[in-house]
Amino acid sequence: MNPNRLWNIVNYLLLGMAAVLFVVPVLFMVVGSLKPEGRVLSEMGSLRAVLPTDMELQNYRDVFARIPFARYLWNSALINGLIVGLGLIVNALAGYALARLHWRGREAMLAVVLALLIIPFEAIAVPLFYQLSALGWRNDYLVQVFPFVANPLAIYLFYSFFLGLPRELEEAARVDGAGILRTFFAIVVPNAKPVFATVAIVSFLLYWGMYLWPLLMTVDEAVRPLPLAIATFYTLPPVQWGDILAFGVMMVLPVLVIFIVFQPWFVRGVATSGLKG
Amino acid sequence: MSCVTLSNIDKRFADGTQAITDLSLAVEDGELLVLLGPSGCGKSTLLRMVAGLEFPSSGEIRIDDTVVNDLSPQQRNIAMVFQNYALYPHMSVWQNLAFPLKMRDMPRDDIRRRVQRVAERLSLSELLDKQPKALSGGQRQRVAMGRALVREPKVFLMDEPLSNLDAELRLQIRQDIARLQRDTGITTLYVTHDQVEAMTLGQRIAVLRQGVLQQLGSAHELYARPANSFVAGFIGSPGMNLFQTPLRRDERGYALLIDGRPLYLRGGGYSEKVLSVFEGKTLQAGVRPEALRLTASGKDDFFGFSVTLSGVERLGHEVIVHFPAINRGGGYEAEHSARLAYQDGLQIGNDITLGLAVEDLYLFDPDGRAIARS
Repeated sequence: MNPNRLWNIVNYLLLGMAAVLFVVPVLFMVVGSLKPEGRVLSEMGSLRAVLPTDMELQNYRDVFARIPFARYLWNSALINGLIVGLGLIVNALAGYALARLHWRGREAMLAVVLALLIIPFEAIAVPLFYQLSALGWRNDYLVQVFPFVANPLAIYLFYSFFLGLPRELEEAARVDGAGILRTFFAIVVPNAKPVFATVAIVSFLLYWGMYLWPLLMTVDEAVRPLPLAIATFYTLPPVQWGDILAFGVMMVLPVLVIFIVFQPWFVRGVATSGLKG
Repeated sequence: MSCVTLSNIDKRFADGTQAITDLSLAVEDGELLVLLGPSGCGKSTLLRMVAGLEFPSSGEIRIDDTVVNDLSPQQRNIAMVFQNYALYPHMSVWQNLAFPLKMRDMPRDDIRRRVQRVAERLSLSELLDKQPKALSGGQRQRVAMGRALVREPKVFLMDEPLSNLDAELRLQIRQDIARLQRDTGITTLYVTHDQVEAMTLGQRIAVLRQGVLQQLGSAHELYARPANSFVAGFIGSPGMNLFQTPLRRDERGYALLIDGRPLYLRGGGYSEKVLSVFEGKTLQAGVRPEALRLTASGKDDFFGFSVTLSGVERLGHEVIVHFPAINRGGGYEAEHSARLAYQDGLQIGNDITLGLAVEDLYLFDPDGRAIARS
């Protein structure tokens, strides 16, 4: 056997093992959510943990019975939709200003944006909590959206993508009579779909599972997002693992949908390097 | 109808690079003026300043009577063709052509009429629904021209518009551009590093070097009366053979030294009075490759000097030969060349005698400025 082929086989074996490692927990969640409560834990040690047998939907019915799931879902969708939607506009404009416009303090601002990249949210959560509480912003949607619209990672992604766009396109548009904003929306945005898709996916993933901040800022079920609802299942007895898994499946589904919707552009963004011609 | 006036333009980039130094230039109404120079000479920067994409550090740019220094590109009513065309990749040819009109909020019907007219003129009618990436290089170039033309701008700016085309297409589109410019009479500034393009297109040519205007004139003026040794060496293909030589005087008059032998300047058109200023100094002298001829040695009307050929290029009707430079070691090119009528049998390594007529000599002072003939 030639060494190249051997190498391939080893590669595939390793990749296969990694894939199993990633898939098994998800599969366990899906299969477990479809089992009667008693079997979820008792079958953990066997192959039946990931093989669907005798499925039922009782756990899903329980979830809807125990919490206002639709309300939580709507809250999460609204909060994330606003963060992602507003974020695309704000961060793209900020990235463009850093990449293309000349203004005093641009270099310093870029350095600040880069520095912010490495500060974890947990480090500023408490001061932010006091600041916004002082403003009276508590227990509503606004307080869950506003702090996350501007995002240094998104700004940086936009910034570096716009730097790579051929400058002539924008210059041609300027000469053709478009102002800066019109150049941006008519010329830059249509040629930047990959970065918009990337930022949309990344920031959606980032905020869909957000737990700490809504826990700090909200008390009312009416404005709380999905991740907080899961606490109900841990803290209010009985602890039903089947319900928790069913809840998990329903929480992961929207992420999957978003990914599938944006994925073609996302992949193209990685595959193409520029816009020649 | 409009003219462009540049007065004392200086451009220094943020990193300290001096791109343009004290440049003044006027493009007259309806004229096609070519900015010519080697790459990095500042010609594109100059064009971009007229477009409003760069701003001069000092000096004044006027279009007609309006100072446009502080106007943004869209306020200047100029159109520009870019080297790589810069067609909008997400728009069809039609949308590309309509874009500048849309930006001016022109009524839909007018846009349609104008786009159709330009498309017919440039034979683009068949391509209007296509995307730029489906077009050939020549077609893209025509769309770029169309997009610039559709607005009927005051000034047309072209930044090396032919450099991405193959040789045959370049020739054809060069003629198209010349005709289009003549027909429309739009004042045009055209940037190129290709002197043949400059010579054939430009009514006047401005030669730039390191941000400094060297000479402004017609193709013939640049060729026949170069203002300095840079223009002399740059214009012509190959450029003028330049060498350094002391200017001496003996009983037979003023003479240069070529490979140690005196070449008397009497009859060369330079007056004794002018030459006396430079007596004893080292001048730069030049002779065009096409002014050299193959001679039998010893004829009186030419100064003959023998050379050993280091290169031979046969061009069919003529042959360009290269040989070690005259007075080599003076800091100039290592090789000179001569453009001779075609003949068989010239080989690398041959010794031949070249003849130089004194009236074909150009003299430049030690700073490179042309010394005037009387």
